[in-house]
Amino acid sequence: MKILVAVKRVIDYNVQVRVKDDGTGVVTDNVKMSTNPPDDNAIEEAVKIKESGKAKEVVAITIGDDKAQETVRKALAVGADRGIHVKVDGIVEPLAVSKILKKIVEKENPDLVFMGKQAIDDDCNQTGQMLAAILNWPQATFASKIEVKEKSLEVTREIDEGLETIEVNIPAIVTCDLRLNEPRYASLPNIMKAKKKPLEQLNASDLGVDTKARIEQIKVEEPPKRKAGIKVASVSELVQKLKNEAKVI
Amino acid sequence: MSVLLIAEHNNTELRPFTFNAATAASKINEDLHVLVLGNKSDSVAKAASEIPLVKKVIHVDNEIFDNFTAENYTSTILKHVDNYSHIVCSANTFGKNLMPRVAALLDTSQVSDIVNIISEDTFLRPIYAGNAFATVKSTDKKKCVTIRPTSFDPAPSTGGSAEIVKSEPGDKFESSKFVKREEIKSDRPELGTARVVISGGRGMQNSDNFKLITAIADKLNAAIGASRAAVDAGYITNDHQVGQTGKVVVPDLYIAVGISGAIQHLAGMKESKVIVAINKDGEAPIFSVADYGLEADLFEALPQFLEELNKLNSIQK
Repeated sequence: MKILVAVKRVIDYNVQVRVKDDGTGVVTDNVKMSTNPPDDNAIEEAVKIKESGKAKEVVAITIGDDKAQETVRKALAVGADRGIHVKVDGIVEPLAVSKILKKIVEKENPDLVFMGKQAIDDDCNQTGQMLAAILNWPQATFASKIEVKEKSLEVTREIDEGLETIEVNIPAIVTCDLRLNEPRYASLPNIMKAKKKPLEQLNASDLGVDTKARIEQIKVEEPPKRKAGIKVASVSELVQKLKNEAKVI
Repeated sequence: MSVLLIAEHNNTELRPFTFNAATAASKINEDLHVLVLGNKSDSVAKAASEIPLVKKVIHVDNEIFDNFTAENYTSTILKHVDNYSHIVCSANTFGKNLMPRVAALLDTSQVSDIVNIISEDTFLRPIYAGNAFATVKSTDKKKCVTIRPTSFDPAPSTGGSAEIVKSEPGDKFESSKFVKREEIKSDRPELGTARVVISGGRGMQNSDNFKLITAIADKLNAAIGASRAAVDAGYITNDHQVGQTGKVVVPDLYIAVGISGAIQHLAGMKESKVIVAINKDGEAPIFSVADYGLEADLFEALPQFLEELNKLNSIQK
């Protein structure tokens, strides 16, 4: 079995994001970037399945500018076998990402495609479902547990009401939740070894995919600020304030 | 052109966020139609027809919709979209799972999780965990939009009498099978719609200590929330998680207990009307969004809080 895992380079989750003064986006210069957190879970799960003997190869793919390669190198350092970088500059919407991934799926013929459930930059939560749609494959979204069976996966999904379990035939798309596993850290020797693993480079235009934006970003602005609150000295003061000032209890 | 809202329900009644989504959908265009896909779901179609904002209900009743799978929903939705300019549903786990599958097959770039409607094609949506708001304009002919339900008031549920039209399902999807659903039943208000929410974080230390939160939730008729750290640590189940990758809540009162206030948690609660933070670390970022901050050990503060609430009740009596 072969597993393709899609990873995205985003602003690190610990960074306090700032909006550009001209309203064209957020500041990314000199800002720490890293792999989208649930994409780390996707890689970890694929590597674990390989380690259990149920998969033969894990291929990591990223789509983005030259620097996006860092996320593939990181995936290689934690156990992916080889990497693919599809070069595109600028914002690529989930619809275009899913079309690029479809081309790669047709070329690589993976049995499973994993990725994070949502990217923490645009917060779209679309790509996995879109790829499943255009491949006409089943989708197991928001996965917090995956059990590999002979020709299917049993996946536990986190939903608003609790948990749902579905069984999807292989080939299938899985989007991973943060609770799926605990991603490992790359050791220094493995980071060195990852530099020797193969990384194929392609251009989105060579794949025949139109990546032109369908959504115009008119402006980006700061969220409304909350006015500063106060510190209360005691529980009784807190309760009095909630009752008499805020009038919420 | 008209707007088609995909109803979220449990085959007996509409789920609460369908009413919020109805309000938003009718702001896009007043000619609002609702598509109800269910199994033995006549009562749902009737409920949708009673929302005064709704002009027409399309009802497809078939056993393939028993568990609301995105694959079976999608083929049927695609059969019914011809006369609509917008397909909309809530941006909760139901809509997030479903809408991109529909959008991709319509070759539409979806607009996710909108919090305001500027015009028929222009919307406001949070990005970067709500640290920025983007105004975006969709250039696709047919627009697929998911709506952040807590940003819109629920539509009235009675008084309407829209026509209900029966229709036929699309193809059944064979490669996916529902196994089970483990819903956590509770008599408490739903987290997404509760007027008061009290949440615990890593500071709670274990699941047993959540009893302190439960006692206050009982008193205030509040829903119980949690930070991701508390859910990851196994103190409480995932359906309680508030934040960027959990639920977004906008209650009148949000009480954060033992929660440091990571950006990802703030994304799920900072629009609440009044925020209280109880934390022993005076430097915790949660205090920066709190209207009332109490720097205290939660294990002392929570029992006192309960006692004060009890006193308040006896005075009112």
